[in-house]
Amino acid sequence: MSIFHFTTPVTDEDIRKVHIGDVIYLTGEIVTGRDDVHHRVVVSGKEPPVDLKGKAIFHAGPIMKKISAEGEEDKYKVISVGPTTSMRMEKAEAEFLAATGTKIIIGKGGMGPKTTKGCVDNCAIHTIFPGGCAVVAAEECVETEGVEWLDLGMPEAMWKLRVEEFGPLVVSIDSYGDNLIENNKVEFEKKKQAALESLKGKLDYMS
Amino acid sequence: MSCDSQVVERLSGLVSSFICHSAGHLPDDVKTRLAQMKEVETEGFAPSIYDVMQKNMEMADKLGRPSCQDTGLPQFFAKVGTGFPYLEEIEPALIEAVKKATVEAPLRHNAVEVFDEVNTGNNVARRIPWIDWELVPGSDKLELYFYMAGGGCSLPGFAKVLMPLEGYDGIAKAVFDQMTTYGVNACPPCLVGIGIAGSAEVAAKLSKKALLRPVGSHNDNPKAAQMEKDIEDGLNSVGLGPGGFGGKLSVMGVNIEQAARHPATLAVGMSTACWAHRRAGIIISPDFTYDFFTHKGVTL
Ligand code: SF4
Repeated sequence: MSIFHFTTPVTDEDIRKVHIGDVIYLTGEIVTGRDDVHHRVVVSGKEPPVDLKGKAIFHAGPIMKKISAEGEEDKYKVISVGPTTSMRMEKAEAEFLAATGTKIIIGKGGMGPKTTKGCVDNCAIHTIFPGGCAVVAAEECVETEGVEWLDLGMPEAMWKLRVEEFGPLVVSIDSYGDNLIENNKVEFEKKKQAALESLKGKLDYMS
Repeated sequence: MSCDSQVVERLSGLVSSFICHSAGHLPDDVKTRLAQMKEVETEGFAPSIYDVMQKNMEMADKLGRPSCQDTGLPQFFAKVGTGFPYLEEIEPALIEAVKKATVEAPLRHNAVEVFDEVNTGNNVARRIPWIDWELVPGSDKLELYFYMAGGGCSLPGFAKVLMPLEGYDGIAKAVFDQMTTYGVNACPPCLVGIGIAGSAEVAAKLSKKALLRPVGSHNDNPKAAQMEKDIEDGLNSVGLGPGGFGGKLSVMGVNIEQAARHPATLAVGMSTACWAHRRAGIIISPDFTYDFFTHKGVTL
């Protein structure tokens, strides 16, 4: 396992250096986007209002607080922001990578074969931020640079966040097509069979 | 009978503070179990994930923030003493409390009207907050549980009716199948709630009530208590680890609740709580004094 410190825009060269199980701390710009953003870009074919080239898409629906006074230009602060289930975006992520030039996906849980292929084709990676650790993540967001598509609602909008040493981001899919969580699931499946086998006879309350 | 607005205001103020506190602080039993699990998980990714979880709990407390951004769909489970003097006021007070806490905590806007597909923006919508009612004869108190049903941790939930000959092994298999697939998305280590009954909706509801029982508590039926332990040990041997990264353990525990079944059916329901198991319990007396029993020593 190696530890990397990257700054956006991230290059193909950077992405090539990392493998599943490595850990990244990211500095620069990340943008939140989940179900609705993916739907708009991939299914509705809308031009994303944010340039994502070399940046990270963060599967997250944050709690934001408006900190600007009435009449001032809108300014927001991140109260709590953590990863959401990435698998929900499986259907659209490969196309999203191709359409936007995003290099890093940040979420929780794994993603499937379609995204894995998308990472290979677009030289991108999927990473996992520890789930439920939303205050740690919020404090690594040093500035909210703006918001787009706020009509989708607070959790679904694209929040542009400036981050410093954002992580730990555990690489779960690399640009070589390896998938950490899918590998783990194969292990879990084997151990599950063994566990069910050893339960046999113990739960026979009907006899 | 009419509703006393002063009572509604007092009760909703108390319940709103109760919600806000529970958004940022895990209950005592969950914190204790996580600390025990952290001691055991000494290899691979697990220690560093537990470190971030620990740091997150400390920062949420220090900064007074919701510890997870997904503050869930609000659910109440009320056990109402038949002698509690403010029966009319409970429901309006709970709804008002959710609106208040949404602004004050602040909570994420999580209530989406079905069919209209509109987020109401204040966590109040049709049948939300969800309120489950039980009557307690001979009591003049209100025992109230609040639970934040997050998206990721609600995802593994299911209920189905088995044929009796599939047996309790069939129940175990259904639970294991779900935990080794969807479980990794539910921010493990999870608490697993299992309901066993004669029909799907009873099993489903009991599985959620099982999650309201403390981590480490046991079913009062010795066979059920043994099954809790057997499934817990079995799931732990799968080694999901924190966040699904692998480890020595998988779950904080397994709680089972049961109702008698029909001779021809064996229904199973499952609900999961993520490691950020935001369950809060309070007993409110007629004079508004309270016992915040899941979070000892906390003054609201
Ligand atoms: S599963 Fe729980 S800890 Fe994880 S994101 Fe959802 S609510 Fe938060």
